[in-house]
Amino acid sequence: MSARVLVGVKRVIDYAVKIRVKPDKTGVVTDGVKHSMNPFCEIAVEEAVRLKEKKLIKEVIAVSCGPQQSQETIRTALAMGADRGIHVDVSGKDYENLGPLQVSKILAALAKKEDVRLIILGKQAIDDDCNQTGQMTAALLDWPQGTFASQVDFQEDSLKVEREIDGGLETIKIKMPAVVTADLRLNEPRYATLPNIMKAKKKKIDTVKPSDLGVDLSPQLEVLSVEEPSQRQAGVKVETVEDLIKKLRDSGRI
Amino acid sequence: MAAILCRARKALTLRSLRCLHSVYQMAELPETHQMLRQTCRDFAEKELAPIASQLDKEHRFPAEQVQKLGAMGLMAVEVPEQFGGAGLDYLAYAIGLEEISRGCASTGVITSVNNSLYLGPVLKFGTEEQKHKWITPFTTGQKVGCFALSEPGNGSDAGAASTVARLEGDHWVLNGTKAWITNAWDASAAVVFATTDKTLKHKGISAFVVPIPTPGLSLGKKEDKLGIRASSTANLIFEDCRVPKSNLLGELGMGFKIAMQTLDCGRIGIAAQALGIGQAALDCAVDYAEKRTAFGAPISKMQAIQFKIADMALALESARLLTWRAAMLKDNKSPFTKEAAMAKLSASEAATLISHQSIQILGGMGYVTDMPAERHYRDARITEIYEGTSEIQRLVISSQILKEYRG
Repeated sequence: MSARVLVGVKRVIDYAVKIRVKPDKTGVVTDGVKHSMNPFCEIAVEEAVRLKEKKLIKEVIAVSCGPQQSQETIRTALAMGADRGIHVDVSGKDYENLGPLQVSKILAALAKKEDVRLIILGKQAIDDDCNQTGQMTAALLDWPQGTFASQVDFQEDSLKVEREIDGGLETIKIKMPAVVTADLRLNEPRYATLPNIMKAKKKKIDTVKPSDLGVDLSPQLEVLSVEEPSQRQAGVKVETVEDLIKKLRDSGRI
Repeated sequence: MAAILCRARKALTLRSLRCLHSVYQMAELPETHQMLRQTCRDFAEKELAPIASQLDKEHRFPAEQVQKLGAMGLMAVEVPEQFGGAGLDYLAYAIGLEEISRGCASTGVITSVNNSLYLGPVLKFGTEEQKHKWITPFTTGQKVGCFALSEPGNGSDAGAASTVARLEGDHWVLNGTKAWITNAWDASAAVVFATTDKTLKHKGISAFVVPIPTPGLSLGKKEDKLGIRASSTANLIFEDCRVPKSNLLGELGMGFKIAMQTLDCGRIGIAAQALGIGQAALDCAVDYAEKRTAFGAPISKMQAIQFKIADMALALESARLLTWRAAMLKDNKSPFTKEAAMAKLSASEAATLISHQSIQILGGMGYVTDMPAERHYRDARITEIYEGTSEIQRLVISSQILKEYRG
C-alpha cells in the first residue's frame, strides 16, 4: 500500500505521421513534426493509475528523458492520473545518442533515489522498436521482470504477470520490487478528462540532470546511416506453376 | 475472422483520420488547450465518428456518448468545479466543441445547448440554491437541459413571446407553445421564456426553469429534420403548467435580457459546431481529391480543385480565428456581442460553403450515403438558421458597428 511506482513515458513521433528520412541520412526529420506519448507508455501509465485507484499503490511518478518538450509528455501522464513527474534533462548530442542502455541506467538510479517498488514501462518505443529498456533496467537493479504483460495481478509482495509469448500466454509470479513492461492488450488507456487536465497544471515536475544521478551517457553505438526502406516492386503474373518455380529459382529465392 | 478484419479496418480509418493531426498543430494555443484539443479529438475520432452515420440514419440520441462526454467534463465546461463542472474558459469550450462536432454534428449541438443555452443562464442568473438544484445533476451527462424561446408565431421576433405566465399563490402557471426546441425529447429541464406583463412589451418577459416531465407540459412530435437528426427537436406545449415560485430565474421582467445574453454565448458554441462540420467536410474532400484519379492524375493536382480547397480552408480558418477571438473577449470579460455574431455568421456560412464544395469535389460519391459528405451538407444547413439567423446576425453586427461609429 505504501508502494511507489515509476512509469517511463517516451516522447516519440506520432504513430500516424509519414516518416521522412533526412537528406544527410543521419536520421529522420523531427522538426515541426507532431510528437506524442509512445502508445505502449500510455498503456503503462493507465495500468499504474488503475493500481492507484484500487489503492494497491500509493504514488505514481512519471519519468521522461529528453529535451524541454518531454515535459509535455509528462504532463499528459499527469492528466491521466500520475501524481508527479520527473524530467531528466537530456538535449543536443546526448539526446541523439540516448538509447535503452543510457535510459535504463537513469531509471535504475531514479528507482533507488525515489525508493520505488515497481517500474512499469511500455514494452518498446515505436520509433526505435528496441524492446530493451525494461529488460536492461531490471538487470541493472537485479530485479525480476515481467515483460510483454497482458495482465498484472498485484499480490502483497509479489506480482502474477500473464505474458504474451510466441507460443501463447505464460503466467509467472515475480517478487517485488520488479519491472513490468506493458503489451498492447494490458488495458485501454483512458481519455484525459478536462478537470484532470486542469489539475495536471498544479502537479509538480522536477527537473534533474543525468550527472546529478551519477549516470554516464556515453554512447555504446554509432549510427552509420539511416535510409528509406527500398521501394516496393511491382509483382509479375505468371501463367503456370512451372513458370512460377522457374522465376523463383532464377531470382535465387529457392 | 470478421471481428479481426473489422478491427483492422477501424484501425486504418482511425490512422487516416489521425494523420490529419499533423496538418494543423496549433502551436499558438496554451498547453492546456492543446491537451484538451487532443483529448477531445481522440474521443471524437474513436467514439463519435464511427457511429455518426448510424446515429443520423436512426435519429438516435447518443445517450452513451453523452454520458462519456459528461465524465470527461465536456457537458459543463464553464461551470465551476464546486457545481461539478470542468471550470475551464470559453476558449477551451469552443475548441472542445469543434472537435466533438467534427466527429458528430448532432452530438455537438446536444453538448452546445446543454452548456451554453441551459447551464449558461442558470449559472449567470440563478440563486445558489437554483445552481445546486439545476446545474449539478446536468454536468455529468446523465441529464441534459434545453432552452425554450422560439414559438410557432415568433422566432427572430423574440420580443413578441406569446407564452404567458401568471402568478397563482405559490406557483407560476404557464400557458403557450414553444417551437423548435433542441433536446426536447431527451431533456430533464428547460429554461422557458414567458410574458409576465404584456404592457411592458419585451421588458415584461421573464425566465423560468421548468423540470421535464411536469404536469401540464407535453411534448410535440419529434421533428423529421434534414440534418442533426440524432438530436431531438420538438414543441413544448404548456397547458396550465404549474412551476414553484422559486423556479423564477433572475428577476421579474429580466427574461429578454437573459435570452439575449445567453444567445451571445450560444453563438460562440454554434460557431464552434459549424467549424467542426466544416473541418470534417474539408478533411473528406481533401482525402478524396488525393485518391481519385481523372485525366491521368489525382484530381488534387488540378487547379480547379486546388482553388476550391484554398477557398474552403480560408473560409474555415477565418471563421475559426473570429470564434477564438469572441471566446477570448468573453473570457476577458470584455464586450463580445459583435464578435460572437461575426463568428457565428462566418462559421455557419463557411460550413455551408465547405460542405457544398465538398460534395462537388466528390462528384457522384458526394451524393450517396456511403460517404459522409452528404451528411455534412445536411448538418451544416441549420447552423445558418438556429440561435439567430444569418439575417439577424447581420443586424446585430451592423447595429454594434454603427454604435461604435456614433460614439
